[in-house]
Amino acid sequence: MTNTIIWTIAILTLLGVLLALVLFWVARKFRVEEDPRIDEVEKVMPGANCGGCGFAGCRAFAEAAVKAPNLDNNFCPVGGNDTMAKVAAILGYEVSAKAPQVAVVRCNGSCANRPRVNDYDGAPSCKVKAALYSGDTLCPYGCLGCGDCVAACKFGALSLDPESGLPVVDESKCTACGSCVKSCPKGIIELRNAGTTPKNTRRVYVSCMNKDKGGVARKACKAACIGCGKCVKVCKFGAITVENNLSYIDYTKCKACGQCYFECPTGAIHVAGFTPKKVEPKPAAAPAPAAAAPAAKPVAAAAPEPKAMSNNQNKEVGNA
Amino acid sequence: MRKVTFSIGGIHPHDSKLSRDCKIEVLPLPQTMYVSMAQHLGAPATPIVNVGDKVLAGQVIAEPAGFISAYVHSPASGTVKSIAPRADITGRMVPHVEIAVEGDEWVEGVDLSDTLVTDITLDRAQILERIKQCGIVGLGGATFPTHVKLNPAPGSKAECLILNGAECEPYLTSDYRILLEKTREIIVGAAIMQKVLGGCHTVIAIEENKPEAISAVSEALASLPYSDIEVLSMKKRYPQGGEKQLIDAVMKRQVKSGGLPISVGAVVQNVATALAVYEAVQKNKPLVTNTMTITGDCLPVEKQHNYLFRIGMPLSYIAQVAGGVPESAAKIVSGGPMMGKAISNMDAATVKGSSSLLYLSEGSTRRHPASNCIRCGRCSDACPMGLEPFLLNRLNKAGDLEGLEKASVQDCIECGCCLYSCPANIPLLDYIRPAKAQVMGVIRARAAAAKAAQGK
Repeated sequence: MTNTIIWTIAILTLLGVLLALVLFWVARKFRVEEDPRIDEVEKVMPGANCGGCGFAGCRAFAEAAVKAPNLDNNFCPVGGNDTMAKVAAILGYEVSAKAPQVAVVRCNGSCANRPRVNDYDGAPSCKVKAALYSGDTLCPYGCLGCGDCVAACKFGALSLDPESGLPVVDESKCTACGSCVKSCPKGIIELRNAGTTPKNTRRVYVSCMNKDKGGVARKACKAACIGCGKCVKVCKFGAITVENNLSYIDYTKCKACGQCYFECPTGAIHVAGFTPKKVEPKPAAAPAPAAAAPAAKPVAAAAPEPKAMSNNQNKEVGNA
Repeated sequence: MRKVTFSIGGIHPHDSKLSRDCKIEVLPLPQTMYVSMAQHLGAPATPIVNVGDKVLAGQVIAEPAGFISAYVHSPASGTVKSIAPRADITGRMVPHVEIAVEGDEWVEGVDLSDTLVTDITLDRAQILERIKQCGIVGLGGATFPTHVKLNPAPGSKAECLILNGAECEPYLTSDYRILLEKTREIIVGAAIMQKVLGGCHTVIAIEENKPEAISAVSEALASLPYSDIEVLSMKKRYPQGGEKQLIDAVMKRQVKSGGLPISVGAVVQNVATALAVYEAVQKNKPLVTNTMTITGDCLPVEKQHNYLFRIGMPLSYIAQVAGGVPESAAKIVSGGPMMGKAISNMDAATVKGSSSLLYLSEGSTRRHPASNCIRCGRCSDACPMGLEPFLLNRLNKAGDLEGLEKASVQDCIECGCCLYSCPANIPLLDYIRPAKAQVMGVIRARAAAAKAAQGK
């Protein structure tokens, strides 16, 4: 009896050792060499697998980042600068901080601003609607309101406002992954810097994509950009351009002074993150353009806002 | 007489040919006409007139801008007022030539009389050139340039010319009316195309719900000196007027996926195209007129019409001449109720392929809320191309382009049978249509890449 037990234990132990040796040999022989840094990088990724970086998921991004000679072309919009700093530390690369971005809906064609001229009864999808016709308003450029962007957002940052019929971005949830940008057949969503500096959230943008001439655009939508160019003239920083009857504010140049907001006759320019203050035009008495510093005093006296920025003197004087 | 039909799928909607007894009336000319430069499949035509030019009816105002493109002619005499983009029926901007109508003076050489010319004196090349010069395009819906279709690639031989008089879409009666009123002209047109194609067998295929048309064509055939042209009665079934379905019904041959009808020896032309070919070749009259039906289930019978319109007439003008848009119209459709396009812009102008103004009531057109697919398979049964629409819908939702191509989404003819037969009211075709466009784009890009690689 005792003998049987001993033999059993001995044979099983021997068998175990033998198989362990086989496994050890197989593991050595067929070992897949993988950079251990891939695992390390993957660990610091957000793990959303959203595809915002352009790769299939966080693992794919980690593999690509490890292989790449630098991190210039690889950026995780969800994790942002924090994650990228960690990735750079692991890989020993340099990484320059990118300004945080946010999705901005560039259409203000709410039900009140942009009357519906027909009733869409097809499949509830912007892609389908865009393929069928120019839309249920007279503006062929604006939001179609079927919510493809809402469906595309993996972070729950987008919702359709039932009153205006337009998508609304929840900035606290938006990671700027760009899924909504890709899903919109009209291309009205743009990723813009969240603020003029990484610290603030001051933004100014043209909330319109209408490239029709002023009259046509205005007829279609009360809040359309009519391409009048007033904003271009008032901008001191050369951030605004008008092309194809549509104004565009370059967020890398914009300092968020907000003067274009006051100039826009249709309210197509929107501000976010701050309340702009209007700088009153200089009285006509002030002659030729002087340097900003000496001119500031009389302006400050005349204008109610003490924080007034110097205005575009040439133009305003000419108009007065 | 034998009765034929295509072999798979299809549905039987009520034919509702309400305007079948309305004779073709000629519409008076409006004050302004807008001639679209994109009235045909292929590249939009290039205008060759300038603002302020005086034009005559039938004068060329735009030239083809590619191999698959067509001439466009002025529909009336007058002055060119502008050349600018204008919204078409779907609201998209298309270049139009605006003509302030001053009269109805035609260019020289156009025979406007009603006398029937039966002798075909021109030879093959001359006929093709005349068809091209007169801007004839297929009037069955696709508006493919006819001279290209009648000139098959070398090596392929046409065995059978099929004249499509199926008019399987409910409501539409324009083809039926021209079969009754222009019977002989259509047959001469068929004989001309037969000559171009080298004297192949010719079948005029008409659905059985138009017995008067069938007997009219039979009688006219007996009195005309052409041989090898027969009339064929087909069972009523939608989409019998589809090119591949018609070839299946008439010749019992199937065109393979991605193939052209000529690959099985068939050439299909609409009866309205045959009439246009007759007018072009025998009368030298370019394609500036066509027939359209004004009908719908919310339009009283006395307000229904079949009109001979000129291209460039605004739809709103035609609607006004016809007695105004009925109050109860919930949807206005250009084309048949199955494949037609909803009109979002009534100021749009008619084009060569316009075939109807259809006023549909709320009850017949409003869609019901969609529920979940229960895999009953009715869409697959109804699909005349043998596809599985429910599967295509799922693959599209998953964004699986490879899967869609394997499931042959590119063969979809967009007939709408799947959507019509779905008990869950899922707008299947709405989703499949953009998926098809996407896959076609991939296939074209691949072909272009392969061609470029071969060139190297």
